Amino acid sequence: MIRVVLPAHLRTLAHVKGDVVLEVDGEVTQRSVLDALEASYPMLRGTIRDHDTQQRRGFVRFFACEQDLSHESPDTPLPEAVATGAEPFFVIGAIAGG
Amino acid sequence: MSEVRVLVGTRKGAFVLTSDAKREQWDVSGPHFAGWEIYHFKGSPADPSRLYVSQSTGWFGQLIQRSNDGGKTWEPMGNQFKYDGVPGTHQWYDGTPHPWEFKRVWHLEPSLTDPDTVYAGVEDAALFRSNDGAQTWQELAGLRGHGSGPRWQPGAGGMCLHTIILDPDNPQRIFIAISAAGAFRTDDGGETWRPINRGLKSQYIPDPDAEVGHCVHHIAMHPSRPNTLFMQKHWDVMRSDDSGDSWQEVSGNLPTDFGFAIDVHAHEPETIYVVPIKSDSEHFPPDGKLRVFRSRTGGNEWEPLTKGLPQSDCYVNVLRDAMAVDSLDSCGIYFGTTGGQVYASANAGENWAPIVRDLPAVLSVEVQTLP
Repeated sequence: MIRVVLPAHLRTLAHVKGDVVLEVDGEVTQRSVLDALEASYPMLRGTIRDHDTQQRRGFVRFFACEQDLSHESPDTPLPEAVATGAEPFFVIGAIAGG
Repeated sequence: MSEVRVLVGTRKGAFVLTSDAKREQWDVSGPHFAGWEIYHFKGSPADPSRLYVSQSTGWFGQLIQRSNDGGKTWEPMGNQFKYDGVPGTHQWYDGTPHPWEFKRVWHLEPSLTDPDTVYAGVEDAALFRSNDGAQTWQELAGLRGHGSGPRWQPGAGGMCLHTIILDPDNPQRIFIAISAAGAFRTDDGGETWRPINRGLKSQYIPDPDAEVGHCVHHIAMHPSRPNTLFMQKHWDVMRSDDSGDSWQEVSGNLPTDFGFAIDVHAHEPETIYVVPIKSDSEHFPPDGKLRVFRSRTGGNEWEPLTKGLPQSDCYVNVLRDAMAVDSLDSCGIYFGTTGGQVYASANAGENWAPIVRDLPAVLSVEVQTLP
């Protein structure tokens, strides 16, 4: 079980309150988590990563276990605490614009 | 009794303003999609309960929302706008080639006859169409591909396709406008396009009479006269009586011919409205007076309409898609400002009153006249 914390705008869009809980098959990576997230909530496609390139959008960041994982490869395994559900995977709207 | 529904897009959400035909008492609903930029919000002429919204932010990109019940409930639709083939380049501000990149949808134009068909004008400039109620989008690539695309360049607001006009008499004919490329027309349903900018003169480009490069701000058409077009260019108010083949300036006695919005009276095809703005470096009304100017002669002769509008210390702007008319008798005129006011006149501009005063900056105003 993976826990994902979405920013407020995306929780509203996906009609969810609180953490999103996902089941991820295989290795737990940014890519597999986001694939599972978009499969469960297709309205989020294109809002976190680009439709075509699958690149993270410029003002979106990924945090977990008090680390900024935004610049990690999307196929790098996420920390064990995220994979076990002990810690959430945070999708963050970067602070910009004052 | 008829009802009027005003659809307002703002920097921080969408609002719906409704009134009966008297247009004196208004109900305000919103914000819908709070916190998102709503560049455009428009209903289908073929089914007024079908509404389309362009919703975006710099953080999470572009969304398209659709309502099938007049705005009571909403559903996110397809948001993938993929350029056809290799996108190529256009000119950047400094004149160097710059790759085409999708940024946002500026304008949604529902079909006049089919609620499931809707056109999207996007930045970087391109025209898309959906035939399945906005679930999927296909580019009408003949526009970018007709030849002049590599010479297009962005205006200050971005290289946006902001105006889409469907000819009610000829379903094969569509007019579009791009800042800062100019106006274009297709006569074969979007397969092929040609620039329609002859007569436009723009001092800010190397060749003032160039085929493309003109910063067209908005175009309006009366449905009973689809061959007559009225244009607010960056500077100059223009008209064409031959479907854009040639243009004549009709700025006449306007205090300034810079501006963004232009529209046509619902029942008088020679009565047009503009909101003069001081200049391209001072985006506010001249002398701090918010004045709508009306011409009853299709241009050249203009009269200021001021009753109920602030006539001192007013420094708002009225953006290109922020003026609309209803089709009641007498015709209602509406416009929104960057100061968050939406003004309405129920008598063709003689008297004005704010429907709301303190919305976020208004990006677009559209009106539905409901039975």
